[in-house]
Amino acid sequence: MSGTIELLQEALAGAKAENRAALIAYLPAGFPTVDGGIEAVKAAFDGGADVVEVGLPHSDPVLDGPVIQTADDIALKNGVKIADVLRTVREAHAATGKPTLVMTYWNPVDRYGAERFAAELAAAGGAGCILPDLPVEESEGWRKAAEQHGLATVFVVAPSSRDERLAKITAAGSGFVYAASLMGVTGTRASVGEQAGELVRRTRATTDLPVCVGLGVSNAEQAAEVAAFADGVIVGSAFVQRILDAGGDEAAGLAAVRALAAELAEGVRKRV
Amino acid sequence: MPEKPDFFLPDPEGLTPSAEGYFGAFGGKFIPEALVAAVDEVAAEYEKAKADPAFAAELNELMANYTGRPSALTEVPRFAAEAGGARVFLKREDLNHTGSHKINNVLGQALLTRRMGKTRVIAETGAGQHGVATATACALFGLECTIYMGEVDTERQALNVARMRILGAEVVSVTSGSRTLKDAINEAFRDWVANVDRTHYLFGTVAGPHPFPALVRDFHRVIGVEARRQLLERTGRLPDAAVACVGGGSNAMGLFHAFLPDAGVRLVGCEPAGHGVETGEHAATLTAGDPGILHGSRSYVLQDEEGQITEPYSISAGLDYPGVGPEHAYLKDTGRAEYRAVTDDAAMQALRLLSRTEGIIPAIESAHALAGALELGRELGPEALLLVNLSGRGDKDMDTAARYFGLYDGEGADK
Repeated sequence: MSGTIELLQEALAGAKAENRAALIAYLPAGFPTVDGGIEAVKAAFDGGADVVEVGLPHSDPVLDGPVIQTADDIALKNGVKIADVLRTVREAHAATGKPTLVMTYWNPVDRYGAERFAAELAAAGGAGCILPDLPVEESEGWRKAAEQHGLATVFVVAPSSRDERLAKITAAGSGFVYAASLMGVTGTRASVGEQAGELVRRTRATTDLPVCVGLGVSNAEQAAEVAAFADGVIVGSAFVQRILDAGGDEAAGLAAVRALAAELAEGVRKRV
Repeated sequence: MPEKPDFFLPDPEGLTPSAEGYFGAFGGKFIPEALVAAVDEVAAEYEKAKADPAFAAELNELMANYTGRPSALTEVPRFAAEAGGARVFLKREDLNHTGSHKINNVLGQALLTRRMGKTRVIAETGAGQHGVATATACALFGLECTIYMGEVDTERQALNVARMRILGAEVVSVTSGSRTLKDAINEAFRDWVANVDRTHYLFGTVAGPHPFPALVRDFHRVIGVEARRQLLERTGRLPDAAVACVGGGSNAMGLFHAFLPDAGVRLVGCEPAGHGVETGEHAATLTAGDPGILHGSRSYVLQDEEGQITEPYSISAGLDYPGVGPEHAYLKDTGRAEYRAVTDDAAMQALRLLSRTEGIIPAIESAHALAGALELGRELGPEALLLVNLSGRGDKDMDTAARYFGLYDGEGADK
């Protein structure tokens, strides 16, 4: 069975056709539980997310701030396995028909086997993978496996990326380009950096792929601000924080995820 | 001694990694895109510095008159009596300013920091020796300094926390994960991503993304080059084995590198076996780990079957790390170096033995190498000549040692 990269491409093209940015949510698998995580992904879709990135928790998430670190710790302490991550993708995709990616660090995929991981992610109905610590120079093996199995390889670009690197990265990537809005780790910020618009402009000069902006976006106002210049808005820590805030009340957490997705979905349609 | 000795001795040839930073299958550069420009800048600046006589001159001057190089080579016959009667010489990196080998690398990278025009330095530390050395260099060069240290380590190495603060550094106690060296490195990387414009990450061991494994090794090559020359002068021959402790592996790589072409010299790295490799409570990465990626390079790591890094354990804060430098992984797989695991207990006994027979209190890290030398001496017999890198002094470990041996008033008898 092939992966669903086309579904991802269609979702992003569909948002563009509606003259709006796409809303991409991030939620870690296994958090607060495996089943709770699956419901959270469904709730994000239900609230209006166009795409969901399912996090595969890692013991050493060096690109994540305290909120996602906390969620990863909880998921790993509960014993989340790659099989659970794949089940999250499978059930969320089966229930919604929407594109679902995996976001993780390179070592879990490398250890599992790039080919095996790509095959199983595709079989689960996944649309692609984001591996932010796998630089383009080291990515050939993974990209071959992903391409063969119909999966997108989404690369991250940063404000510090020089133009010639941007061209190299976007030439190797597929699905969309993840533009980091600022220099830093994941987490909510009071304002989205001014660097984001400039990075999107420089990235677009190198590629026709949609350019989606992540890091620091947490509310409708920021989503609208980013939607004004980007093809998609990526929100992670704010969703995780909603679940953390709900304590052990799973229903309240899911309602909060749905409500935030709805609020952000409105934001990406405003494009202030 | 030559009038103007060279202490900056970058690898002249051969085993320098590939352009992509690989030692065989190990090394590379597995870093987020946000750090690529900064890491490339370090590599480019280091290449320029290597070709600049003024850089070497300034570093040589610092190593001579600030660090106090060359460090002594001390024969330890009363200790060696317990090592099967072999002759044992210690390379005295503990006598360097700040008390360990770490200053060699730190001064080199501090000069690089200044060349790059950066005003702030961050670093990780386990035992605190790299943190103290970094804080020292930052005081010397007027650089802002933040040191990340796991909470477990700020407790067991409290003396070094105080030293860093006296030197003007900010010490951040890291409470994530296992709250040891690995987590301090994670937190330093997070800081670096956010502040890379004005900040250099002064990485403390021969691990991390290219160029750090080669760069840090080059600044420590002086250890082996000096020791090789000193030992030849004193004994007329090369050692049967060069022995060093291995956490990330910087002091070992510094010692080993000069002996790589000497096929008759066994290179023996001593990893921390903690409570015993079989108990799972250890940090013996090359002995019990598998190839994987941690902190920017491919090497051996302690991990589970799904690539999650497992929590290491050692009584020694400086060796309590689930990774190891990629050049060590390469030397292990090619068979040029061998690695053995030394338990907490063996290391602590060796610490006390050296203290009582020679009046030298070693760091617990270095005591792992001493314990390895005791084993090797017994295996090789009285004709053997052993060179051991005494990478650091033990002042910082007195609280741990006092508790281990029951040396505080009112506590039980010696173990």
